[in-house]
Amino acid sequence: MAKGIRDKVAIIGMGCSKFGERWNDNAEDLMLEAFIEAIQDAGVEKNLIEAAWLSTAIEEQHVGKSGIPLAMALRLPYIPVTRVENYCASGSEAFRGAVYAVASGAADMALALGVEKLKDSGYGGLPQRSRGALNDQYWANVSAPGAFAQLAGAYQAKHAIPAHDLKRAMAQISVKSHENGFKNPKAHLRSIIDEDRVLNAPIVAEPLGLFDCCGVSDGAACAIVTTPEIAHSLGKDNLVTVKALQLSVSNGSEAHYNSWDGSYFMTTRVAAERAYMEAGINKPREQISLIEVHDCFSITELITMEDLYISTEGGAVKDVMDGFFNSDGQLPCQIDGGLKCFGHPIGASGLRMIYEMYLQMQGRANKRQVSSDPVFGLTHNLGGFPHQNVCSVVIIGMEGA
Amino acid sequence: MSVGIHAFGAHVPQLRLERSAIAAAHAWWNPGLIGMAKGQRAMANWDEDAVTMAVEAARDCLGTDSGHALAGVYLASTTMPFQDRQNSGVVAEALSLGPDLLTLDMSGSQRAGTSALTAALQTARGADSPILIVAADKRRARASSSIEMTSGDGAAALLVGPGCGVAQLLGRHTHAVDFVDHYRGQDNEFDYVWEERWTRDEGYMKLVPISAEAAMNEAGVTGTDIDHFCFPAAMRRVAGMLAKKMGIAEDSVRSNLHPEMGEAGAAHAMVMLVHALEAANPGELILVTSFGQGSDALVFEVTDAIKNMRRGRGVTGCLSAGRMENNYMRYLAFNDLIELDRGLRAEVDKQTGMTTLYRNKDMILSLFGGKCRTCGTLQFPKSNICVNPNCGATHSQDDHRFPDTMAKLNSFTADRLTYSPDPPAYYGMVEFIEGGRAMIDFTDVDPVLGLEVGMDMRMVFRVKDYDMMRGFRRYFWKAAPVYKV
Repeated sequence: MAKGIRDKVAIIGMGCSKFGERWNDNAEDLMLEAFIEAIQDAGVEKNLIEAAWLSTAIEEQHVGKSGIPLAMALRLPYIPVTRVENYCASGSEAFRGAVYAVASGAADMALALGVEKLKDSGYGGLPQRSRGALNDQYWANVSAPGAFAQLAGAYQAKHAIPAHDLKRAMAQISVKSHENGFKNPKAHLRSIIDEDRVLNAPIVAEPLGLFDCCGVSDGAACAIVTTPEIAHSLGKDNLVTVKALQLSVSNGSEAHYNSWDGSYFMTTRVAAERAYMEAGINKPREQISLIEVHDCFSITELITMEDLYISTEGGAVKDVMDGFFNSDGQLPCQIDGGLKCFGHPIGASGLRMIYEMYLQMQGRANKRQVSSDPVFGLTHNLGGFPHQNVCSVVIIGMEGA
Repeated sequence: MSVGIHAFGAHVPQLRLERSAIAAAHAWWNPGLIGMAKGQRAMANWDEDAVTMAVEAARDCLGTDSGHALAGVYLASTTMPFQDRQNSGVVAEALSLGPDLLTLDMSGSQRAGTSALTAALQTARGADSPILIVAADKRRARASSSIEMTSGDGAAALLVGPGCGVAQLLGRHTHAVDFVDHYRGQDNEFDYVWEERWTRDEGYMKLVPISAEAAMNEAGVTGTDIDHFCFPAAMRRVAGMLAKKMGIAEDSVRSNLHPEMGEAGAAHAMVMLVHALEAANPGELILVTSFGQGSDALVFEVTDAIKNMRRGRGVTGCLSAGRMENNYMRYLAFNDLIELDRGLRAEVDKQTGMTTLYRNKDMILSLFGGKCRTCGTLQFPKSNICVNPNCGATHSQDDHRFPDTMAKLNSFTADRLTYSPDPPAYYGMVEFIEGGRAMIDFTDVDPVLGLEVGMDMRMVFRVKDYDMMRGFRRYFWKAAPVYKV
């Protein structure tokens, strides 16, 4: 196997806009808001950035195609700007592009910026759109909640878990994320909820209720990366470096070959194994300090804990109910509120997760700051549907760890 | 040279709208409707039309042994979904009958079904291959009209060909005359109906006996010989009056199925004929008549072959599998008779690329997938690289038909977010028993019985989407739960 990315690239600046219903801001305003925070954090001049990646998923709703919207929003000096889209893993994909550019030596400093302006659709939930000329003629009429809801029944059947127990564990996941999001001034949803409220909410797609679903938000997040050497030469220490960047994409096995039982993510397992190897981690449950997973729906978070080898297979319900992933638990998950409460501007989400890890590692997370010093932080995105998806796993950590 | 019916089948939609619910909604306006408010009318699901009902009736008729080399598919309907795109062509594609046959749409009259049957019998006499005749109707009716009360949606299919079959044609006659009891002009949505008493006295009672007696005469029989008399009009007691006039025994008059499903337009004479065949014994005579700008009449003699023929669900099976619907508003919405606020999600453009559809028509219309010659794996859709991770052979797949393969339900949801004309939208993963799987839309889910992982699902041909902007509709296959009765 290739040697991988471990410790070849450092993050020197990050920014994140407030997420939410930003009725009075265009995508360009959100991009600039995140960028100003990042460039001030990095303490460098804009013209040191030699290449940029822009991630958006539903660009027809806001900026349109290409890298031009980023170049124009930030008035970048005629550098290469590439726009990437990989469903909900788009933000991590932009980060991957910038990190690889630096690691390859093609650029000394690079920018990854993700943005999404979803609240111009006229209705709640993700914008409904064409899936492609042929797909529209035979795909099921799937929404995101409807696709992910199916995990619950399959998981329940496989592990012989009573429906109510699973529903309660799912509720606990949302209750925990609301507690965390409440402490986050940039989060979209800032309210405390209890289990009863989750269990009694209207059903969106059986068995997922309203509080099992994440927010649909406007927002932007970005990262400025460079080599550890350049970072040190800029006077920075206690560097946060990239340990692993992995991506796994469905090839049709889950959707068309009779082997997958619908209760887990094949891609996540593959990406996680490769990421741990790349980062040199062999006991993830002990070694990972903080985790941000793609909690588009509560059931996704629960199952992902097993696919990332944090919980044993069938063991996530117990871990959730034990508070293992709470902010004061052994492995805090969604310490910033997650997609559930921080919000989910698709193209920005992967970068938002890395932003929180970066703040926590630098001890700058204010009320959310975890007590022990985090060493490794893992972020996870899942784009598409359980039966055909894109999964990204990113691990960052302290230099030399 | 003999000619006859070799197989038969039917489709009656699962939903049965209580006529009392219709009458109750209109009581303020037309209290007289309460007098017609007995029984149920069959109500097509939102994704059913004359083409999809025809496909299901034809599948019921042909069975799964697709060894039929057909000379033609004739579709009769007064509610064809397309005015200029051959509707019978869609039916033939869905049945994957191949291109070497005559497809023909027959319309324009309530006797289109029996006229198509007559034409097919005449062509098939002495021919090499049988002809499939399918009749289907989903009549549009103004709210509070009597057609709304008396009609019901449905379809019937007959396979006719040389030889006696299960019912041999003994005689037939058509009496064609421009008697207009109702009409629907080119640009009009609804029928314009003249006084019913005139239709009865000058139409039914005078014109039907002309064709019926001529047909019986050709058959060399008289009214007293008839064991099953089928007359499809909804008006009460008319069939009995006609029987009396023609010397047909009172107990030979078959129910017009008004209590169970209502009158299925141009398909109804054939629905009644299929219903009669299901009950008939060898040697019995069936007289089937129709009415519409004159009358068709056909006399059949049931043969011994009927005892050992393969039986599908038929009219009887469909009628016993109904599901009560008490919500008249749902009927109005399904038939686009009310301006419902369908929400912004319903606005997604449903344009269908004709190039895309034509290139993929075997997959979309016939539900063809692939079978890998190297590893034997069945897969949908067919592709040029095998999905089996241990195989991966390229250009190794032969066509494989999935419509008649049973499937098991793997996972599902009831989705209230995505747009559906009948929320919640049910869909999920089904796994075909012989291999292959699909994440696919479901239909005809009983909200009380619901769905369960592992249950049997069967594939049915339905409307996937309506493109309201362009008047197109997409067809595709859906999975329907098989409820153990």
